[in-house]
Amino acid sequence: MKQMIELNVNGVKEEVLIEPWWTLAEVLRDQLNLMSVKVGCNKGDCGSCTVLVNGEAVKSCLLLAAKANGKDIVTVEGLSMDDKLDPLQEAFIEHFAVQCGFCTPGMILCAKALLNENPDPTEQEIREALRGNLCRCTGYVKIIEAVLAAKGRLNIRSSR
Amino acid sequence: MRFELLRPQTLTEALTLLDKYRERGKIIAGGTDLLVNIKDRLINPDYVIDIDNIPALSDMHYDGEQLLTIGAGATIRTLERSDDVAKKCPVITQAAGQLGSIAIRNVATVGGNLCSAIPSADMAPALIGLGSRVKLTSLQQQRIVALEDFFTGPHTTVMRPDELLTEIEIPLPKPGTKGIYLKHAIRGTMDCAIVGVAVIISISASGNNCQDIRIVLGAVAPTPIRARNAEAIVRGQDIDGFLVNKCAEMAAHEATPISDARASAEYRREMTKIFTRQALRALWQDMSVDS
Repeated sequence: MKQMIELNVNGVKEEVLIEPWWTLAEVLRDQLNLMSVKVGCNKGDCGSCTVLVNGEAVKSCLLLAAKANGKDIVTVEGLSMDDKLDPLQEAFIEHFAVQCGFCTPGMILCAKALLNENPDPTEQEIREALRGNLCRCTGYVKIIEAVLAAKGRLNIRSSR
Repeated sequence: MRFELLRPQTLTEALTLLDKYRERGKIIAGGTDLLVNIKDRLINPDYVIDIDNIPALSDMHYDGEQLLTIGAGATIRTLERSDDVAKKCPVITQAAGQLGSIAIRNVATVGGNLCSAIPSADMAPALIGLGSRVKLTSLQQQRIVALEDFFTGPHTTVMRPDELLTEIEIPLPKPGTKGIYLKHAIRGTMDCAIVGVAVIISISASGNNCQDIRIVLGAVAPTPIRARNAEAIVRGQDIDGFLVNKCAEMAAHEATPISDARASAEYRREMTKIFTRQALRALWQDMSVDS
């Protein structure tokens, strides 16, 4: 039986009629057109479906949409406000951390969750935060560099 | 997948639903194990009972003396980040930090990990090593089962279809007790363990005599197992390198691993020896790590 849920997605309240077995990934993509949320393995292994739920990184392919009712959801679409890119997005571009781009939204959001909580992570902490995300293109080095660069940028901005 | 999702607001409601639907229903807490099984078509429940809206199931409390009680609905991340757990039994903090990834831990629950009953369940070895007990609750009754006796085979436990695992009781380790959980896996914490080893050891104040020890192996038998013969080698003895090696060899002997996509039985058996030895050495030599 379908039910109505309310999600606060990238700052916008969305009401969606869902089947109980739909995952958050399906709802964000198919009902709300947020295509940055990728479905790769559909089993919680690749991390390309990662979104932030109430600020925490969550694999949206394994979260029933009904369980996200009333929660704040952030996807990569929500990171660029007023056409300005988030420092993480800028850093990913500048450091060539994007090749095919499939893993990128998940990587950025996991990094975002980390930096929100820990503005000065070590490289090991960054690797730990990204452990659930697979990349088949870059070999991860540039991604780690991008996050390190972004943390520097965020620190500069916040100290202004 | 197709099912009806039921969202009880109280424990009694949840138990009533379990009692009504039994084998046709499945409990969902975080869902990181259940949804994978449904997507893989290993199970096909008509009803999925969501216990996420019962806050009491996520409580953690300490009775002030001996017992830490963790609600089955507590997320792995909560356990990992809890100062209380880190102070009182850091081996649980360590085990929690080796389950999946942060995104999984934000959603997965300790009760769910135990009820999945996969032989490599990351929370099991440390909890068994601490002598933990689980509370199984149904409409009719409550019973307490030693976690060591909880698992009966891969994906099977002593739980009846109308029971819910509600709490995990952890007797706090006495002063002078240390613990460690080592996980050997291909993709780090994200993979199921090829071998998981938890060692909890009480060492005398003089620093060398093993007063008590528990060695629990994950992923190398149909269930997590105590390596009792290996424990007997060390218990009551003064620890030295020779004893550590003998103990590790016996642990490998007690393992009954299978060959699968991740590793061969022979490799698992060898790694049981290596990681048991590593665990013992780490505890024996690192006197400043508390359990």
